[in-house]
Amino acid sequence: MPKINFVSADGVTRTVDIPAGWTLMEGAIQNGVDGITAECGGGCACATCHVLVSTPWAEQLPPMTPAENDLLECTAVPRSPQSRLSCQIPVTGPLEGLTVHLPERQT
Amino acid sequence: MVIIGAGQAGLQIAECLRRGGHAGRLTLLGEEPWPPYQRPPLSKKYLAGDLADERVFCRPLAQLAKQEIEFRANTRVVAIDRTARAVVLASGERLAYTGLAIATGARPRALPVAGAEHPAVCYLRGLQDAQGLQAKLVRAQQVVVIGGGFIGLEVAATAREAGKTVSVIEGADRLMARAVAPGISSYFAQTHRARGVDLRFGCQVSGLVPVAAGGLRVELSDGGVLHADLVVAGVGALPNQELAAQAGLACANGIVVDEYARTNDPLIVAAGDCTWHVNRRYPAPLRLESVQNAVDQAKIAALSLLGVAQPYQDLPWFWSDQYDVKLQIAGLSLAHDTTVVRGGSEAFSVFYFAAGALVGVDSINRPADHMLARKLLSAGRAVTPAQAVDLAFDLKALLQDPTG
Ligand SMILES: Cc1cc2nc3c(=O)[nH]c(=O)nc-3n(C[C@H](O)[C@H](O)[C@H](O)COP(=O)(O)OP(=O)(O)OC[C@H]3O[C@@H](n4cnc5c(N)ncnc54)[C@H](O)[C@@H]3O)c2cc1C
Ligand code: FES
Repeated sequence: MPKINFVSADGVTRTVDIPAGWTLMEGAIQNGVDGITAECGGGCACATCHVLVSTPWAEQLPPMTPAENDLLECTAVPRSPQSRLSCQIPVTGPLEGLTVHLPERQT
Repeated sequence: MVIIGAGQAGLQIAECLRRGGHAGRLTLLGEEPWPPYQRPPLSKKYLAGDLADERVFCRPLAQLAKQEIEFRANTRVVAIDRTARAVVLASGERLAYTGLAIATGARPRALPVAGAEHPAVCYLRGLQDAQGLQAKLVRAQQVVVIGGGFIGLEVAATAREAGKTVSVIEGADRLMARAVAPGISSYFAQTHRARGVDLRFGCQVSGLVPVAAGGLRVELSDGGVLHADLVVAGVGALPNQELAAQAGLACANGIVVDEYARTNDPLIVAAGDCTWHVNRRYPAPLRLESVQNAVDQAKIAALSLLGVAQPYQDLPWFWSDQYDVKLQIAGLSLAHDTTVVRGGSEAFSVFYFAAGALVGVDSINRPADHMLARKLLSAGRAVTPAQAVDLAFDLKALLQDPTG
């Protein structure tokens, strides 16, 4: 199971194991990582699963769909070039060690 | 404090009570065997067989324990004893409460047709239903969906994508008629027909007759006959209000609560699909079946139990996924006099106006419009029909201008 690091807005890192195939959002929720709301349960409909992924990891992620890109316009903390929706990112082996930053708020 | 019903509303009440400072005992009682879970995927990804059970759970059990929420699965409440201030469990055990929340949800309306007890007839509300339906869907070839509402259409889309022959029987003359305007209905009718779904409007199922070789003969009120290996009924839901009614709490089409989610007993609140509730935005009471309502009303209910009166005035919103089409609904738009369309033929939003004011927006494949509409509607910003149709006009600008 790939290990993924979630860094909260105040800088605390939590490392969790997420089964391959699950989304980052599901892995965070099932491990009780605070800071992801996921109101729509992964439907790419709510923008409350916003995360920030910096280079070089960003290049490892699947490209954004138009829907994800569109929805990122509406995050609670305005988007930055690092912004992604964690429900749209499946965890895979090569993401072992990925570090993801959480925004200050989701709603 | 005791919470009856461990769905999305019940969970939210429990967590808000803890976060809001309730330090005493907190018990969350659920009749189902699982921790609180998300129902929306059940007619979407889960039904397609793409998700393991845990992936729809809202929280792992450890997370509930960490918050000192005593969660009890497989625990059905059979009565509320308001005089003794206790709930009675199916086992006979009694649990005393100082504050009580009812979040019992809703259940599918049964098909009022002879033959509906046949095992090939399925409903979809819970994880157990979804597991059963999924197993039957794999073996079925001909699927008849009764009811062209959200759940029926999502099931139809999933079944079609799995290569099944699918018919949808709808009594009204258009799809999702209780929730969206005719333009959205016809877009979805075209979408389903283009994928090969047989849509039948204005007719009811009049009989379900078992066939010796297996499956059912589905007889329609217009004289039509279909064969089905699987019938899925999505003909609406009824609020689980019997516990409340038997305890003498006021009920209408749901448990009656005020804008603070309070029942007529000052110690008891209710939230979610089971309530007939007041939202400050609207003149008349409502019953809604949505994640938004479950979560937002639950917060109000928890505050009331903590002695904080905060009125419910959140904007209703909803979504539905059918094939690769995403419908998102912001606000309640059925009472409108003007509509305008923003966008093109495959990605557009319908803006609804009543007496000049924006009341709702339905978006198809335009999630940013939806999110913006939620913000504009929540803030009560003025939008004109001319601004709404004009793609060159940046609706976001209306949010920044406080005088707008
Ligand atoms: C298939 C499906 C798809 C959906 N899709 C969407 C969607 O896309 N978007 C959206 O916004 N909404 C959707 N919804 C609606 C949404 O899931 C509900 O509005 C929401 O789950 C309501 O939450 P609740 O807590 O009020 O009720 P529920 O989630 O129904 O929870 C109530 C719980 O209380 C339990 N209970 C009842 N009586 C008792 C008792 N006496 N003792 C103990 N426990 C009891 C029940 O077993 C249940 O677990 C969908 C619903 C379904 C069924
Ligand atoms: S969980 Fe709603 S958009 Fe990701």
